[in-house]
Amino acid sequence: MTGPLTIFDKPNSYIGKTVPRPDARRLAEGRGRFVDDKQLPRMVHAAFLRSPYAHAKITKLDASDAATSAGVVAVFTGADLVPHVEPYVGVLTHLAGLRSPPQHPIAVDRVRWQGEPVAMVVATSRAAAEDAAEKIIVDYEELPALTDPEAALAPDAPRLHAEFDSNLAWERTVDVGDVDAAFQLDGVTTVEREFRFGRHTGVTLEARTALAEYDPAEDRLTFHYSGQAPHMMQFIFAKHLGLPEENVRIVAEDVGGSFGIKIHTYGDEVATAAAAKLLKRPVKFVADRNESFVSDIHARDHIIRARMAVTGEGMIAALEFDDITGIGPYSMYPRTSAIEANQVLNLTGAPYEIENYRARARVVFQNKNMMCQYRAVGHPIAMAVCDGLLEDAAAAIGMDPVEMRRRNLMGDDSYPRASAAGMKLDDLSHHKAIVKLTELMGYDALRDDQAKLRDAGVYRGIGFCSMVEVTNPSPMFYGVGGAPIASQDGATVRLDAGGGLQIASSVTEQGQGTNTILAQIAAGVFGVDIDRVRVKTGDTEATPYGGGTWASRGAGIGGEAMLQAAVALKDQVLEVAAAILQSSPDKLDIRDGHVTDLDGAERMSLMDLARTVYYRGNELPPDLKPELIATRHYRVTEFPFVFTNGAMAAHVEVDTETGIVRVLDFWAVEDCGRVLNPLLVDEQIRGGVVQGIGGALFEECLYSEDGQMLNASMADYLVPMAAEMPDIHVAHIETPTKTSVLGAKGAGEAGTGGAPAAVMNAVNDALRPLGASIWQMPMTPERVLKALGVV
Amino acid sequence: MSKMQSVSLTVNGEAVTATVSVRKHLVDFLREDLGLTGSHVGCEHGVCGACTLEVNGAMVRGCLMLAVQADGATVTTVEGLADSGRSDAIRAAFAERNALQCGYCTPGMLASALEYVEAGGTADRDAIRAHLSGNYCRCTGYQSIVEAISDVISGEVDA
Ligand code: FES
Ligand code: FES
Repeated sequence: MTGPLTIFDKPNSYIGKTVPRPDARRLAEGRGRFVDDKQLPRMVHAAFLRSPYAHAKITKLDASDAATSAGVVAVFTGADLVPHVEPYVGVLTHLAGLRSPPQHPIAVDRVRWQGEPVAMVVATSRAAAEDAAEKIIVDYEELPALTDPEAALAPDAPRLHAEFDSNLAWERTVDVGDVDAAFQLDGVTTVEREFRFGRHTGVTLEARTALAEYDPAEDRLTFHYSGQAPHMMQFIFAKHLGLPEENVRIVAEDVGGSFGIKIHTYGDEVATAAAAKLLKRPVKFVADRNESFVSDIHARDHIIRARMAVTGEGMIAALEFDDITGIGPYSMYPRTSAIEANQVLNLTGAPYEIENYRARARVVFQNKNMMCQYRAVGHPIAMAVCDGLLEDAAAAIGMDPVEMRRRNLMGDDSYPRASAAGMKLDDLSHHKAIVKLTELMGYDALRDDQAKLRDAGVYRGIGFCSMVEVTNPSPMFYGVGGAPIASQDGATVRLDAGGGLQIASSVTEQGQGTNTILAQIAAGVFGVDIDRVRVKTGDTEATPYGGGTWASRGAGIGGEAMLQAAVALKDQVLEVAAAILQSSPDKLDIRDGHVTDLDGAERMSLMDLARTVYYRGNELPPDLKPELIATRHYRVTEFPFVFTNGAMAAHVEVDTETGIVRVLDFWAVEDCGRVLNPLLVDEQIRGGVVQGIGGALFEECLYSEDGQMLNASMADYLVPMAAEMPDIHVAHIETPTKTSVLGAKGAGEAGTGGAPAAVMNAVNDALRPLGASIWQMPMTPERVLKALGVV
Repeated sequence: MSKMQSVSLTVNGEAVTATVSVRKHLVDFLREDLGLTGSHVGCEHGVCGACTLEVNGAMVRGCLMLAVQADGATVTTVEGLADSGRSDAIRAAFAERNALQCGYCTPGMLASALEYVEAGGTADRDAIRAHLSGNYCRCTGYQSIVEAISDVISGEVDA
């Protein structure tokens, strides 16, 4: 570090400050740059005919009428694309045994979920393409639909893929300690429950959108992408469309929400790119809302039988569960559909001292829409199972759930260490978090109120969740298994002739405020006003190479790379300044756009310095080789992931007549290491909590037994709206990670991961005096009434 | 191809005459034909509120109205609200409170917020939440939006 002050306390530091986002001002003026806002010369529009059946053979497909329909440019069937698109397989080598057959962008011969693309029409307008798609004649021979994952595992169940001996895609077990003996210990109390987590989906307000253009002269594909991982998509389009990787450019400007939905390989998007290449003109595809529901990945869908034994002192003696999850007909490419189950095994019980732990997960093919990673992958399930059983056990032995946690949470001074499942943990603060949480919420007073109201027939409940969150992943997440997914990210900082900074990063922005965080770091560490920083992200041709934004890694990994690049540029600039000013770099600093002495006295402006270097190099010593640009990359090395922790609490009221659960209040204490911008992180946490409440109370992709999605519209699929949501109180503990100078961990998924457990525990706390409990999400009014035995 | 019809209307203070397909929604006409891409489309069936904009002084769903129905109307979009200065205070409050993340819901959210503020709505948080109940936001958790609106009403924003 140059100069006596650290990057965190020098005058220009923006790290830790509330800085509003310049992007917010632009977007509020209606100046967004979303993919569907673009219109290109000769652009045509794609519409897809999708399978109305969950499982069927295509016996005839006649598109001749469609091909001659007004405005139609081309029709492509699955077979038409076979020579042009290499099929893809969603497996990774570190998930040993995971299997999935090759998948085509458009179904060939057989459809395996309702909504799978069957044909693509490209026409001069979307309306014309849709009109023509209706004229395609398809004959199907319906096959039995396997929708229930447990039934799909039966030995005599029909097989979804003839090449496999069963519908099991993957299985993993963990067995630590002596679980059987622990359940048999004298004096232990065992609670056992069956948990069901419904399928839900991302419902990004901007649907998936793709705009592909192809230049045959340069054999070059440009894909305007609404998503999170540009370099991953560059690899995928290059490999599967047969293009040199450097000839594929992925551009992601504004993205209208993603949450893990827009980070996968979708057949309709691959087909759109293939059509642009074959037709040699731009092709746009925008999913309509119905298509979003039947083709955006779904998540969760787990059935878990679990039990926990606790001693009379409230110590967890053992935890065991069995998880079955349905993933649709294929494992999603390239991240696979086994990661969520894998995470459930990795994360369940991770906040607690547990010596005896056994778990099995089975990942099963079925005839429903594809399932894959969505915000907080596995976390809501892992937290609800462990904390659900913990509070159930606490009630069984008559112990307060906070006291129960105090006895079982890993000690704040016990790190580094590992969890029962072998996760390496460091820099966590569970005890501090739960103490802060109970203070924040006024726990004792709430309990008093609860008791009084119960006497008046009002059923309120308080529920908690102590959680860990996976953030800042290392190559051990995906890269190790052969996925084209970078875990390192890069940042470039350039001093321009005007004295401002141009910065670029391979992490991406979908509204979290990544661009602002990067500008804060660059401005503060280097020493200019934040208004003098221009940020570039989301373009494979203009940024360093990297993984993009997923698993809460943007600030922690992309931010650290930016910090390192800014430090490097500062050193380089001070070397030039020292030569010009006949001083030495260690006697100089950069503040507020000026090279200064260490006491802050201004020596020369950065503009002056840059103009000297760029325009009047003759004034510099001949042996000085100024570099006013620096690039640095960063990856996490010592840990597979950098875990964060948090504690959350929900206060709910259950209407025992209607079954409606109202969340009255919600509190979240989060330790995401160094907080870079409280304004942004707090609203990220709140947004995550609201998504978690959605999963706990409202959201579910409902299917009929024959595999028809029953509520594929925003009128029928319930999402949290403003009127039903509580105010959410957020507080922080800051235990910076030692893995980086910046010390930031992720925070984006905490709320979604922890809120469902807290809400479920609160509902059960409210129902307990009535002798009822509920272990299925979403906890709809009907299910609550069933739990109460009313219906 | 569907039938075409000619329409004349005022959009953000400018006179516009165009020939449009009779089945085209107002929001698609604004976005595709006039390049006013600030208005967004989230559901196309009147549920999400992303397409909320002003027609003849009332906030409407741009996806539930046909372009031909706007013949003779005065239409104001998020771009017009910004250019005229009418949304200055509410935009400043949204930025200050970080009442948007991806910003996709924001044009519709601003329109609904402005409708509430201009009608003399109070700073009561529940009333604000109730007024926003037709505008879906997946990112923010709504709280910052409620706070931004209440800031404007209680005069805590300089714009
Ligand atoms: S797009 Fe009009 S209400 Fe959703
Ligand atoms: S800010 Fe993304 S939907 Fe509201």
